Amino acid sequence: MTSVEICGVEFKNPVIAASGTFGFGREYEKFYSLSKLGGICTKGITLHERHGNSGTRIHETTGGLLNSIGLENPGVDVFIEEELPHMEKYDTVIIANVGGSTIEEYIMAVEKLNKTNIPMFELNISCPNVKQGGMAFGIKSDVAFKVVSEVKKVSKKPLVVKLSPNAENIVDMAYRCCEAGADGLSLVNTFSGMAIDIYGKKPVFENTIAGLSGPCIKPIALRMVYEVCSAVDIPVIGIGGIMDYKDAIEFIMSGAYGVQIGSGNFVKPDICLDIISGIEKFMKDEGIKSLKEIRGIIRRKS
Amino acid sequence: MDPKYCSGVVFSNTQVYENIYEMKVGENFKGQPGQFYMLRAWNREPFLSRPISISNIENGTIIFLYEIKGKGTELFSKLRSGDSIELLGPLGTGFPLGIEGNVGIVAGGIGIAPMVYLCHKLSTKVDFYAGFREKSFYMDKIEKNVENIYISTDSGLEGHSGFITEIFQPEKYSSVYTCGPLPMMRIVLDMCRKANVSAYISMERRMACGIGACLGCSILTTSGMRKVCKDGPVFKGEEIVFND
Repeated sequence: MTSVEICGVEFKNPVIAASGTFGFGREYEKFYSLSKLGGICTKGITLHERHGNSGTRIHETTGGLLNSIGLENPGVDVFIEEELPHMEKYDTVIIANVGGSTIEEYIMAVEKLNKTNIPMFELNISCPNVKQGGMAFGIKSDVAFKVVSEVKKVSKKPLVVKLSPNAENIVDMAYRCCEAGADGLSLVNTFSGMAIDIYGKKPVFENTIAGLSGPCIKPIALRMVYEVCSAVDIPVIGIGGIMDYKDAIEFIMSGAYGVQIGSGNFVKPDICLDIISGIEKFMKDEGIKSLKEIRGIIRRKS
Repeated sequence: MDPKYCSGVVFSNTQVYENIYEMKVGENFKGQPGQFYMLRAWNREPFLSRPISISNIENGTIIFLYEIKGKGTELFSKLRSGDSIELLGPLGTGFPLGIEGNVGIVAGGIGIAPMVYLCHKLSTKVDFYAGFREKSFYMDKIEKNVENIYISTDSGLEGHSGFITEIFQPEKYSSVYTCGPLPMMRIVLDMCRKANVSAYISMERRMACGIGACLGCSILTTSGMRKVCKDGPVFKGEEIVFND
């Protein structure tokens, strides 16, 4: 009933754990079977190991949090050898989230991941926390076009491009990624934000700017997903402050095929299960047989 | 032991000293000294839960000794007997217990919290060094389980006037456990290294999830990046890499 097909890949339900909030699943398997999830986006993987940023990395805000992790990850080889076999024990769609600082880095990481059984890639062109990269690709659509088309040439799996809400023009960005060959889009990554330590008289984060997530961004994220879904024909995965099934249904009604749950995982480790069962109950109560019936329903003329 | 997410009932929540509170929550809780729970007593706001170390467990009733530091702990301090609170834990890696030889514990301020439970669980001779700003608190909960208590206050109102590290003698011990402000713990580690005494340090870092997923609390150690919430909060002293 809740199953969806996204870029030719079957998901048992539309709920996907968002990259960077779910590690490689190990932390959450203590709370529930990961096979219950529609999918899992891995922590952002780069060609080489990264230690991430120093200084404060997390700062709570009203209705969410700022983070400046900086893509800490063990690198693609360690991921493939040590983490992926463990993830593959579960019956869920594994989406490899790939980050990088140069186009070459993205390509080399994707070439390694091509050899695995991972069914889908998510291209992270929107990490705000890594200097010279990530986000630099996600602001200007011409730059994004270049990286997406280069990666698309080598990718042997469906390529979902994760968009930054900090893009100069989100709809233009979505168009250009489509033109470059993206099979799907996911949005939004975190919003650029900052905080100041007024007693220390300095920014909270060493990089000054950090990424804002949580329910405080939801209305803006929803508007962006709505605009993008209205503009492109490829599947869109909605992300941004989803905390319950109602939030998830809103994104689906705005046109999203699936949703990703990020910061919510920090609040309640099994929040994804609540959202899945909430969606099931909503569908039952409303007499909905397939999510297709309500996907983008707010745009349809009666 | 795998952590659980569950609800508990506040049995009592009493002011111990100025902004220090002791909260007892039932029931049937487990955990080791040095481990912690993520607590929340609200729905959506503040957004994140608060990591609070286990200060003791008596017949399944868990005790948290905490200091009001911000919005979350302020809300905790207003809880009353019968209120419910959500708990995620026990989390992290605590202090090693099967240690032989004399143990020295060095704590600063609210850093005494996990050491109360530690004293209960250690079966060796323990000396307790505790530094405070104005006056000591909660030390009556420690007396029974330790050999000697040494107190210092910045104010000079009680015990040694000055820092606790000024009266700490690492060479008397085969192992040292420390929890408190980072500058204090750094000096303790330094002293232990010079005296060739093994030291264990309980680290504190901002964290979002408490279970090892967000990487907000990662620190650089001699064995690479480690998570304070999962690989710690207790680390071997020599593992910690200080950035400056």
